[in-house]
Amino acid sequence: MSKVFVFVETTSHDLKKGSMELLTAAKTAGRTVVAGLIGGDAKSLATRAAQFGAQSVFVCDSAGQYNPETYSDTVTAMIKESGADVVLASSSATARDLFPRVAARLDCGLASDCTDLDLTNNSIKARRPLYSGKCTAEVEFLNSPICFVLMRPNQLPAGSPDLGAQCQIREFPAQTASGKIISKDVVKGSSTKADLTEANVIVSGGRGMQNAENFKLLDDLANTIGATVGASRAVADAGWVPHSMQVGQTGKTVAPSLYIACGISGAIQHLAGMSASKVIVAINKDADAPIFQKANYGIVGDLFEVVPKLVEEFKKALHK
Amino acid sequence: MRIFVCLKQVPDTETRIQLKADRSGIEENGVKWVMNPYDEFAVEEALKLKEVKGSGQVTVISVGPKARVTESLRTAMAMGADDGIVIDTTEFLDTFLTAKALAAAIQKESPFDLILTGKLAIDDNSASVPQILAEFLAVPHVTVVSKLTFDTALTIEREVEGGAREVYELQGPCVIAANKGLNTPRYASLPGIMKAKKKPLKELSLSDVGIQPSNVKVRLKDFQLPPEKPAVKMIAGDPSAQAKELVRLLMDEAKVL
Ligand SMILES: Cc1cc2nc3c(=O)[nH]c(=O)nc-3n(C[C@H](O)[C@H](O)[C@H](O)COP(=O)(O)OP(=O)(O)OC[C@H]3O[C@@H](n4cnc5c(N)ncnc54)[C@H](O)[C@@H]3O)c2cc1C
Ligand SMILES: Nc1ncnc2c1ncn2[C@@H]1O[C@H](COP(=O)(O)O)[C@@H](O)[C@H]1O
Repeated sequence: MSKVFVFVETTSHDLKKGSMELLTAAKTAGRTVVAGLIGGDAKSLATRAAQFGAQSVFVCDSAGQYNPETYSDTVTAMIKESGADVVLASSSATARDLFPRVAARLDCGLASDCTDLDLTNNSIKARRPLYSGKCTAEVEFLNSPICFVLMRPNQLPAGSPDLGAQCQIREFPAQTASGKIISKDVVKGSSTKADLTEANVIVSGGRGMQNAENFKLLDDLANTIGATVGASRAVADAGWVPHSMQVGQTGKTVAPSLYIACGISGAIQHLAGMSASKVIVAINKDADAPIFQKANYGIVGDLFEVVPKLVEEFKKALHK
Repeated sequence: MRIFVCLKQVPDTETRIQLKADRSGIEENGVKWVMNPYDEFAVEEALKLKEVKGSGQVTVISVGPKARVTESLRTAMAMGADDGIVIDTTEFLDTFLTAKALAAAIQKESPFDLILTGKLAIDDNSASVPQILAEFLAVPHVTVVSKLTFDTALTIEREVEGGAREVYELQGPCVIAANKGLNTPRYASLPGIMKAKKKPLKELSLSDVGIQPSNVKVRLKDFQLPPEKPAVKMIAGDPSAQAKELVRLLMDEAKVL
């Protein structure tokens, strides 16, 4: 039976949700699962990877912060050692940087940013969005001894952990750097919330917000429902929010379960970044705004009246 | 400074995408083609570096059908790039073979100090060519770059999740993939456009760079348009009633919270 190598990433105290989803998918398909963890907390979270389905866990806790050179060397060594013919990772900033290079080094093909994955019947089927989400296509691997798939988070179910699960842990040494590329620093972002690309719920504001201060309104809503705040380009360009919050073709591509667009008209470049969201809510005072054509639920109204009411109602419903 | 900039030509986002009848790909007739938006940042950064250094050569290079990608290469030359290379093909190449073709062409041409690319092509959404290219050329890469300064070494900021930035220092040749925010691309001036017509454009075939299209590692098939969304449910009433009903629908009907 074929083996799957899952590149597992961690947040401060746990595995990232996307990693849990991939471990679950590989386990559910009846594959032998090897997890690879790199980073300071690799060893302490190895059992957690086992709880989601890994039979063996490869760890390297001495690699330091992300460096494309040392990480690609370490991951390549892990994959070779695992004997896997499928490699899965989340479409995270790290994995998207790392895996094209690792796949090429192993003379293999890669399907990035997939939204659909089927590992049953000992085969692999992956589907990915193209042309800013205007269509999708299935990826067929040819001449590729190992199939590499990067999956967007929130697309697959994460199973519940088997708290008694055991696993074999193998330690890998960090690879030495050539000095051609040195990691100097990581400058922290302002946000402590889940990143837009991983968020399960997003509340997004457009020019209809009128100014930077009014984004407090969206922060309130976001805090109530555990969402991350995003924005349109108009708002990022106006300097009301940092560019890292921009959703769309030249911003982040997101696919949360719920996307609430407040005062966003729904330009095609904005839709390109969020139309894959499962449920879209639009709040806009213009009944003809194009965003309503993509929305599941629409409210025509003044966001400054609707959003505070929404906060109240959510608080009631969620008993906060 | 010898700089190469990799350019891809992609359908304009405003273009409507239609599928071929056999769903083997998109219908290219009627598509409006433009330079991949992220590649404009790469071109701009190359031109800025050359200006700062006071000398150098910026070569733009593209893999694709010469009949159309020439236009994007000329646009980059009108912005100020010195010359261009087109690897002419109408065949489908995956990111692996595209990077291999680019690597071979660049190696044939000259040693380089820097290769700039976009972080992502908005058509295939791969974000892979720069890293694979760097692997084939055995040099480091940094992607999603929003800041670059060049003294004795290159100092580079890469954007990651939550608005955080990783800072790297690089020595020697490397591949850098540009994100929005790196700079503001200039427009081509009229004299620039006139001059661009006379700038050298070299043409290579796939066999010149040793590429067999049948060696692709991945192929795309069974193209599908996204499923039709059910019609939007508009929620009427005063703001309180609207809010109440929306919360109910999200919790009981859509079950997303
Ligand atoms: C190459 C290119 C790339 C681009 N990339 C992106 C991108 O990545 N992301 C992106 O978002 N855009 C992008 N754009 C810009 C895009 O075309 C739009 O200009 C932008 O999305 C508009 O932002 P907006 O919806 O906030 O503003 P507007 O279009 O001005 O819409 C504001 C909306 O708010 C509503 N409104 C106003 N007041 C209220 C109120 N009190 N209550 C309720 N509703 C109200 C109005 O009815 C209107 O619909 C790009 C454009 C180009 C050319
Ligand atoms: N056919 C191509 N010709 C030249 N450069 C390319 C080509 N495809 C991709 N690139 C470069 O690689 C970047 C990332 O593309 P991709 O990996 O396809 O998302 C692009 O922004 C270009 O700079």
